[in-house]
Amino acid sequence: MSVKQALLALLEQGPMYGYQLRAEFEQRTGATWPLNVGQVYTTLTRLERDGLVAGAGADDEGHVIYRVTPAGRDEVAAWFSTPVARTQPPRDELAIKLALAVTVPGVDVGRMIQQQRTATMTALQDYTRLKRGGRATTPTPSGDLDPNDPNDPNDLAWSLVLDSLVFAAEAEIRWLDHCESRLRRAAVENAGRPDPVVERPSPVPEPVETAKAETTETAR
Amino acid sequence: MSAVLQLAGVTRIHGAGETEVHALRAVSFAARPGELVAIMGPSGSGKSTLLTLAGGLDQPTSGSVSVEGVDLATLGNKGRARMRRTSIGYVFQDFNLIPALTAAENVSLPAELHGTRPRAARRAALQALEEVGIADLADRFPDHMSGGQQQRVAIARAIAGERRLILADEPTGALDTETGEEILRLLRARCDAGAAGVLVTHEARHAAWADRVVFLRDGVVVDESGSDPAETLLDSGAR
Repeated sequence: MSVKQALLALLEQGPMYGYQLRAEFEQRTGATWPLNVGQVYTTLTRLERDGLVAGAGADDEGHVIYRVTPAGRDEVAAWFSTPVARTQPPRDELAIKLALAVTVPGVDVGRMIQQQRTATMTALQDYTRLKRGGRATTPTPSGDLDPNDPNDPNDLAWSLVLDSLVFAAEAEIRWLDHCESRLRRAAVENAGRPDPVVERPSPVPEPVETAKAETTETAR
Repeated sequence: MSAVLQLAGVTRIHGAGETEVHALRAVSFAARPGELVAIMGPSGSGKSTLLTLAGGLDQPTSGSVSVEGVDLATLGNKGRARMRRTSIGYVFQDFNLIPALTAAENVSLPAELHGTRPRAARRAALQALEEVGIADLADRFPDHMSGGQQQRVAIARAIAGERRLILADEPTGALDTETGEEILRLLRARCDAGAAGVLVTHEARHAAWADRVVFLRDGVVVDESGSDPAETLLDSGAR
């Protein structure tokens, strides 16, 4: 994840210290990808070394404040104007598991797909419940914004992040449906021939834990 | 809490002999007050058959369909028609509004067919339109409304007169994602207010608005996600 660019983008709005940066980040992403504060400070140290941020003294309580440098601003501008690369697909445990399941004899792939679909559907229902609840049901790390203000840009950011999780889960379910019908067709076409893939009853692997957002747990 | 809709061992066979098609095989499920149940499945899985049976537009080959505790088979055609006009609301993908009638007239039509006085029917219609957020469009014709607005009228028609069972067949199919979501929010709100809803969809994103999702394949329930309300575990007769 581009913690580096994200922190720079936040610092463009004004100087901040580590805890503030973390809170601002989580305000926008609903703590979907929790940052630990150690990671924030390590990143800040590296950014300072690279000349993208500079120390701006400390506040009354001794927090070290950082501000973005002109080189840092250029970095942010470049980030926003460059598409995220899709050349290297992120590792997808489910796709890998299914690819192996259809080639390893003795796995009940049909059942594996059904179980996974139920698990992903449950996650999708959880995300939808969060959407229905709106920001009011989610933690507000800094607490200084009105959680019920519909015009809060942070709420919009968080709801778009949720939508991204929703669409990803939906795509996974569609893909599982697709796999199921492909396998069924293959089973029909192979009828009469021994079929190593679909028919054999066998132990069922555990469903892959859908990368559930932290918020799903904390919000309830 | 007793179910508003109860299907018990419902099988529907179309045709006979060589051309026999099992559209549904021994399907059982219930929708209780306050509950939205989604039925998911590819085309040909039996979703629409299930909804037609639930709405009393068709009858099962075996098994029973009960609405508000009444087995639809025990009602005659007239009784089922009465049930459809008073207890069951339908929402379709293509809205099914009558183009020559205004929004309010479309909504009040079922009540008027049932013999409700026009003034009372209109009052109920306006209330339903208010509930779906388009009271200001009451006198507009469907042609002068967006797809999302037309579907709101259809939902108003489905809920007018305090119907307790709402059956929705791909209600968001013709709408963009944001408008579709508003429609689901309305259905959800109506169920939260005490109605029972059944939503047929092939989109997981929409099914996720439901409390329970039933997956149909070739007329059989293959998975179910979500859970029954806790109190139904004690209600031994329910399943």
